[in-house]
Amino acid sequence: MTANSTAYKARPTPAPATRPRRRPASPARRPGWTPWLYLLPALVLLGGLLVYPIYQLGLISFLEYTQAQVSGGEPATFQGFGNYSALFGDSQFWQVLSATVVFAAACVLATLLVGCALAVLLTRIRAVPRLALMLAALGAWATPAITGSTVWVFLFDADFGPVNRVLGLGDHSWTYGRYSAFALVLLEVLWCSFPFVMVTVYAGIRAIPTEVLEAAALDGASQWRIWRSVTAPMLRPILTVVTIQSVIWDFKVFTQIYVMTNGGGIAGQNLVLNVYAYQKAFASSQYGLGSAIGVVMLLILLAVTLVYLRLVRRQGEEL
Amino acid sequence: MRLPVRRPGRLAAEAAALLIAAAVAFPLYWMVLSALKPSGEIQSTHPRPWTLSPSLDSFRRVFQQQDFGRYFLNSLLVAGTVVVASALIAFLAATAVTRFRFRFRTTLLIMFLVAQMVPVEALTIPLFFLMRDFGQLNTLGSLILPHLAFSLPFAIWMLRGFVRAVPEALEEAAYIDGASRTRFLWQILFPLVLPGLVATSVFSFISTWNDFLFAKSFLISDTSQSTLPMALLVFFKPDENDWGGIMAASTVMTVPVLVFFVLVQRRLVSGLGGAVKD
Repeated sequence: MTANSTAYKARPTPAPATRPRRRPASPARRPGWTPWLYLLPALVLLGGLLVYPIYQLGLISFLEYTQAQVSGGEPATFQGFGNYSALFGDSQFWQVLSATVVFAAACVLATLLVGCALAVLLTRIRAVPRLALMLAALGAWATPAITGSTVWVFLFDADFGPVNRVLGLGDHSWTYGRYSAFALVLLEVLWCSFPFVMVTVYAGIRAIPTEVLEAAALDGASQWRIWRSVTAPMLRPILTVVTIQSVIWDFKVFTQIYVMTNGGGIAGQNLVLNVYAYQKAFASSQYGLGSAIGVVMLLILLAVTLVYLRLVRRQGEEL
Repeated sequence: MRLPVRRPGRLAAEAAALLIAAAVAFPLYWMVLSALKPSGEIQSTHPRPWTLSPSLDSFRRVFQQQDFGRYFLNSLLVAGTVVVASALIAFLAATAVTRFRFRFRTTLLIMFLVAQMVPVEALTIPLFFLMRDFGQLNTLGSLILPHLAFSLPFAIWMLRGFVRAVPEALEEAAYIDGASRTRFLWQILFPLVLPGLVATSVFSFISTWNDFLFAKSFLISDTSQSTLPMALLVFFKPDENDWGGIMAASTVMTVPVLVFFVLVQRRLVSGLGGAVKD
């Protein structure tokens, strides 16, 4: 804009009739109410179904709110931090919290490693195998979490599943042990979430100008060196995006755990925060306690978001 | 970018790619296969990776299940409504935050980002009470509204790149030619951003189609309003799972998403590239 107007000034002024007329005010300059009009439907929906529920979540977490209050038999009484102190005093909560963090971290790492490795692989092969891998990955990506979970449970079924037959494990149950159950869920999560990383990173690699890579190759850089010094730095914004998306998704895994371990495993050994909150609220009708768990999750994810924003800002990107 | 790679190396890479593709596709293959196996073969303790006598019995059981067609339509209706409405609303919002400079713009953007992080499942509790107070429990509205709201932040965030990619000169030219803001919005900007809208709609379609938590929590008593995931759960029985039925229902549930994906596949790849490059 500014560059343009100086260009106009510098131009020798011709006759007034042909003089470039003043540009019509760009909407970016004088927006008035238009942007808010455009934003209105989105803001109304988000306000009513996201912001207000979050407020309510916070409110309920401070109340004694069980079946009696839901049916209106007793008034909801203010409890202060009662739910929170009950939660933090419960050893199961800490166990679930650490399981959630470790499980999410493992999922993110596995997804990123596999996704990036396969994206690089995709750039090295001819069209037919590339299409095969792409289609298989899209199939896994498209599979609904609930059907994916049931299929994986069936694959590893103790009696009728093919995996145990191939590995010769007899009727070993994968969901019985805590770690093998988590490993099974991790495999399914990896299966359905690596395609997003693979496709995105592949698109990013393709967007890197060929000349840059050719120049590096001509200068005698090894493949690894090219990846480390050229490709990876150019991919950094994309890698940030896929990492943060993976963190968010994997920290909130719900359907897989719920379906594959039948609601959190034997004696809740496979609970993660999300399922834990749901079980507390809807299975044992302790809505106040469930809401408190929800608030804790919200705060953790908020912290992750702030870290992400700092990263984005440091990279000098404009929002 | 296609660097000269020595042949043996490339052949090995291609073999690896094909093997991985087979491994990734295997669960889906097994799902369809098991859906087609006659019940005797599914219950066999020596499952074979093929079947010589495919049967449609499992599918028949699924479709004969009471109201299955209705569940399917319900799912389609909910997902369709969310996809269309969220695309339009997100398009408007993305236009507002990319083509205008106004107060609180950055604040709004950050809030859209933060909104993506909100664990939707944790909000099931307050949403349950909200739906109850508005008499929306047991209606499809109780699924459409929350999914619409939750798909918006990500859709807006993704669409920004596409809207921004449309050169500002085009906008100015349109105004000089006398187009109104509304006309520019719908007749020029909208068609140009359409590929991005398609890529974005994949995400809202999947999250809505897959939903099982809201359906489980909000549609308690009125089964005529149920969606597909609920129909799938019917086949899980405490004593003996009907694996044939489960696999057939899973196949029926997966196919529409696969079709949708194949249709938008090309746009998705370029769309994701565009969205993250911005």
